[in-house]
This record gives sequence, structure tokens and C-alpha cells, in this order.
Amino acid sequence: MARFAREGKRETPGINTGSMSDIIFMFLFFFMVITTMRESTLLVRLTVPQATEIQKLEKKSLVSFIYVGQPMDTKYGTESRIQLNNQYGQIADIQEFITRERESRDEADRNFLTTSLKVDEETRMGVISDIKQELRQIGAFKINYSTRLGIVKDR
Amino acid sequence: MARKAVEVNTGAMADISFLLLTFFLLTSSIDTDMGIIRKLPPPPDPTQEIQDVKKRNIFNVLINKYDGLLVQGRPMDISQLRDAAKEFLANPYNREDLPEKRTEVIEGLGSIDISKGVISLKNDRGTSYKMYIEVQNELTAAVSELRNELSKQRFGMAYSDLTNTVNQEAISAAIPVAISEAEPENVGGTK
Repeated sequence: MARFAREGKRETPGINTGSMSDIIFMFLFFFMVITTMRESTLLVRLTVPQATEIQKLEKKSLVSFIYVGQPMDTKYGTESRIQLNNQYGQIADIQEFITRERESRDEADRNFLTTSLKVDEETRMGVISDIKQELRQIGAFKINYSTRLGIVKDR
Repeated sequence: MARKAVEVNTGAMADISFLLLTFFLLTSSIDTDMGIIRKLPPPPDPTQEIQDVKKRNIFNVLINKYDGLLVQGRPMDISQLRDAAKEFLANPYNREDLPEKRTEVIEGLGSIDISKGVISLKNDRGTSYKMYIEVQNELTAAVSELRNELSKQRFGMAYSDLTNTVNQEAISAAIPVAISEAEPENVGGTK
């Protein structure tokens, strides 16, 4: 009679893990493509307000950010401060900031530059009006009020 | 005799790529920036004469420093603002006290009435940003609801679902975002 089962030497074959790294690398590239590096560390406390009528910003590379909110570090007080790139700025610095942002972009793209205002919801409008006036002076007309998607109020 | 090829141990490669993956997960943010997009007007030209706009064509929205809302001279709750703005912009019964319309021919829509109404938004320096965004949101919602209604009536689908750019532009030309912000004034005295 034929014997199919061999006696002894019964080893489970090892699982080939060689392709696991390929899968992880694929994950890695996926995340690298869909995400962007956080460019600047936040120096201000930020909770952007909620809104329903929101649009996505199209070209991320053509957006410059202005952050406004209470300073993270309490030694700077509780007055709303403006953050441009990685440092606190004044209203008077905004025009220079926009000029520098423009110079760092291609000449063809300069007219499409959008300024995104990431402003804490507790901020008073006085600061924002000042910022908007400065933006108008320098000719950065396209702005975006950064908001979260959410239901504002029951209707 | 051929030498047996040395096998490289690739088991650690997965670990290394895992490390890289976690690093990128932590340092990056997926959040796409979203918000209400607006276009600022150019700075006022001192030589330009002030245009006279008829009173019926202006929809006054004021927000004071206590976040109170005053619409057309009357206090109003924010929940009513959207409908009030819609009625103002659409003027469905051609009322005398609501804005005039001008007839224009738009490609894709034919001859259509366009409202001359402008929403004038004015806030105090002490108004909170949250309230300001809420008001902006309601006004934007009024415009987009009107656009949706027109789009459904003419093309059978919502404005955001329109794939044809000609149709899209036609709708946005027929119902423009007519929100004008007043030159800021220092009235409240608060910072």
C-alpha cells in the first residue's frame, strides 16, 4: 500500500516576511504623498470657528498662513497676537511678510496667492480688520477664513 | 561547484519602514485647509466719487461689540438671517422695498433677471470672530441656496454637482456673491 504521510520530520514552513517591507513602504509613500509637513509650530492657541458653507483650498503651495490667537506661553499675556511663520509679528510686519511670501513663489503663480487667516474664535474683530486693511494695501485680495466643518446652530 | 548565494536577512527592513511610517504619521497633518473664501476690495481711491446706491438695494447687517445683530434697523436672531437675506436677494414678488433687477443675457441661461441688491456687512472692533464667521456663513448659505434653487430649476441638479463649467459660470453670474464690507470705523472704543 502506498503511504502518503511521511513519518517524523514534520516542520511547519516559515512564513515569508520579505514582502512585508514592501507593503509598509507602500503605506509610507501613500502617507507622504497625501500629507504635508507642518511648516511652523503654533505659538498661539487656536480653535477655528465652525461653519457649514466651506470650500477647500485648491493649491496648498499657494497659500500663506496668518495665525491669530492668544499666546501659548502665558508670559506674553492674554492679548491676541499675530503669528507670521515662526514668530510673533505686528500689524506693520504683514506687508513685508506678504512680499516675502510672494518672492518665494514662481512669478507665474504670484497672482494666485491666497492668504488663509487661521484665527481663534475668541479673537475680537479689531485685529482682523487691521490685518484685512494691510492685505488690501499690499494687494493680497484673495483671503480665506479658515473654519472647521460643523453645525453652527440648530435651525 | 557553484557557491551558495548568501541570503540577506530582510526581516529588519520591515521594522525600519515601520519607524519611517510612524515618523511621517506624527509629523504630518492630513487636514486640508478649508474655509470661507472671500475676495477683498482694492483700497479706496480718494479721487473716485462715492456711488449713490438706492436705499432699497442695500441690506444692512450690523454686528455690535456684544455680538448683537441689527438687520435693516431691527434686531434679529441669527437663525432668521439666512431667510431674510434670501428674500432680499431673490425678491420673488418684485416688491417695491426690495432690490431692483436688471435683465441680462447669460450664455446657458438666456435672458435672466439679476438682482442689484448688495448686502452691506459692518462690524465693530469688539465683535467676536466667532459671531462674524457665523454671519458670513449664513450670508454665504443664502447665496448658495439661491444658486442651488436656480440650478435645480434650470439644469436639474445642485450647483455643486454641475460638471459643465459654462453652466457653473452662468449660475454664479446670475446670482453673484454680493457681500460688501464697510470700511472699518472706530466706534465702539474697545480694543
